Amino acid sequence: MLIIKDLHASIEGKEILKGVNLTVRPGEVHAIMGPNGSGKSTLSSVLTGNPAFTVTGGSVEFYGKNLLALPPEDRSHEGLFLSFQYPVEIPGVSMVNFMRAALNAKRKYFGEEPLSASDFLKLMREKRAIVELDNKLASRSVNEGFSGGEKKRNEIFQMAMLEPRLSILGETDSGLDIDALRIVAGGVNKLKTENNATIVITHYQRLLDYIKPDFVHVLYKGRIVKTGGAELALELEEKGYDWIKRECDNL
Amino acid sequence: MNSLKQYIDIFKENRRAIDDHSALALNRLRNDACKVLENATLPRKGDEDYETTDLNEMFAPDYGVNINRVNLTADPDEAFRCDVPNMSTSPYYFFNDIYHHHGDFAQQSSGVVISSLRKAASDYPELIAEYYGKIAPLDDAQVALNTLLAQDGIFVYVPRNVVLERTLQIVNIMNVAYPAMAVRRVLVVLEEGAQARMLVCDHTQSRTVQCLSNQVIEVSVGKNAVFDFYELEATAETSNRASSMWIRQAAGSNLLINGMTLANGATRNNYHISVDGEHAETHLLGMAIASGKQHIDNHTLICHNAGYCHSNELFKYVLDDNSTGAFSGKILVAPDAPKVEAYQSNRNVCASTSAKMFTKPQLVINTDDVKCSHGATVGQLDQEALFYMQTRGIPEHEARTLLMQAFMSDVIDGVRIDALKDRLRHLVEKRFAGTLSNCGECAGTCLKVKGKITKNDEI
Repeated sequence: MLIIKDLHASIEGKEILKGVNLTVRPGEVHAIMGPNGSGKSTLSSVLTGNPAFTVTGGSVEFYGKNLLALPPEDRSHEGLFLSFQYPVEIPGVSMVNFMRAALNAKRKYFGEEPLSASDFLKLMREKRAIVELDNKLASRSVNEGFSGGEKKRNEIFQMAMLEPRLSILGETDSGLDIDALRIVAGGVNKLKTENNATIVITHYQRLLDYIKPDFVHVLYKGRIVKTGGAELALELEEKGYDWIKRECDNL
Repeated sequence: MNSLKQYIDIFKENRRAIDDHSALALNRLRNDACKVLENATLPRKGDEDYETTDLNEMFAPDYGVNINRVNLTADPDEAFRCDVPNMSTSPYYFFNDIYHHHGDFAQQSSGVVISSLRKAASDYPELIAEYYGKIAPLDDAQVALNTLLAQDGIFVYVPRNVVLERTLQIVNIMNVAYPAMAVRRVLVVLEEGAQARMLVCDHTQSRTVQCLSNQVIEVSVGKNAVFDFYELEATAETSNRASSMWIRQAAGSNLLINGMTLANGATRNNYHISVDGEHAETHLLGMAIASGKQHIDNHTLICHNAGYCHSNELFKYVLDDNSTGAFSGKILVAPDAPKVEAYQSNRNVCASTSAKMFTKPQLVINTDDVKCSHGATVGQLDQEALFYMQTRGIPEHEARTLLMQAFMSDVIDGVRIDALKDRLRHLVEKRFAGTLSNCGECAGTCLKVKGKITKNDEI
């Protein structure tokens, strides 16, 4: 579904991604790990179309379409979802209005009628249960005054509502206590089917105890320098990143 | 060129006609007003507190004044259907500055008076004499000009401990065939313990000819009285407005003012509140949404003359295209007014690179034991929030609309009438979506007014 070829990207003239290659097929779970500053969050920003970053080379194909040519909203409609590391607070915009606007924009994109109010609220109820999101939170402004754990759960709730084909979890585990981590990971696992795929971006192995990856990639200095199975994550947990850094820097 | 001259001339040439179509309590201040005006000018651009609005220029066009009170053949029932639902408003109409009696007011037995100012001046001369021209000072040129020419307006009197259940709605509809000025005067008196709510909507039906509303509102809020005043301007780019509101608050009273401008040409609103008794509460809110070449200037002054009072002021602007906004607000705490809490905030979004906002927040504190703050911000929409919404599939223009609406939400939340709050949310949403095209879309349908003032009816 996703084919990234030799992707280069920069911010304010500084090159962060220096030739990323990655292929993701339906049903797969990929973990992207790496030390701080290696380009993990830049990769997710570029894939979702954050205007702060400039793509300077390479290509990204998503179900045969040139992803980089699409505005962020169309990438979402096509089935790409990013769970933010730091979800944005939007005072004054209620979760209900926010989700309704998002869902109806997607339906419009595919030439469908907007959801009726009752169908929409029913859907909200169903999906809320997946991440045990309190009804009170759903009626508040988007992320405003939410705790760290609530924000992350809210991200997975939005993912459940939008039913993406490819979800990128951007350091979802940072700042989560163990209970929240279990709920969030449980939500992701419940949403998993053989038709969708997940890219888990994480610094630590911890989250991967709950979400089992098929592939683990190590991103370092803007390139994927090592790819392996789930056991690679365990090895990194044990030995840290230094041995990989040495391996690469000696090349 | 002093634009006051043409109006002084109109006055002198038509003194008798003006007096004949008005009442003694209004007429007897005209000479004093004239004396003031003969030695005055309207504020010009750059004068203190008029940094961006030229009142002299606003009044300069050769505006006609409907001295002989030529009536319009309009039927307000046909002209205007209020679609603020569940509000049970009792609407009163002004076509330009002509009062339209519309039904009887049922609460006469309680001593409540809601009537044309001119009629009230004949029916209750002592009451009018006690308050008319006593709250708004004649040395303000715009007030003097209004006093010079005002022949009518509305008078609201709520006696001691009477609660007006229904929200009073006043609808001002401008409809002119040649450049004209409406001169309106409003006087509201709430006695001790009285409660009332007012909603004033301004609309303009004619869309090609310049017009000007010159309005002065005087309000006396008695001891422990509660008064809500909402103003909603949804006119046209040919409509200019100079409105000044002067309020006196007695001890323990609670005042809420919310001034909203959704569509207009050029507007200058003055809100002067004098808090004269202890333990009074003041909420002064405002919202301005401008695009095209709209100009919106709000000037506020809250004088805390007594201690133990609380005031909260919030004005928000969203400016698009080439529009300009201005806010100048002053809070003044007198030397013998301890324990005052006064907060002022002005927050603005410039949605385009050519929109301009001018803001001047001021605190003048003459005593130690107070809690006061003021602040002003001018910024753009939150880019991170915009991107976040886009990644959820919300198109950029829709995300911008949602954010602009959200920005105004705390001003709307300040409204103390639920039905009006809902209606305002809807109107603001339409305004930002660009579908609030005229007043018919706004609060009613004014499209069937038949009458227009024609040149021959002038003076």
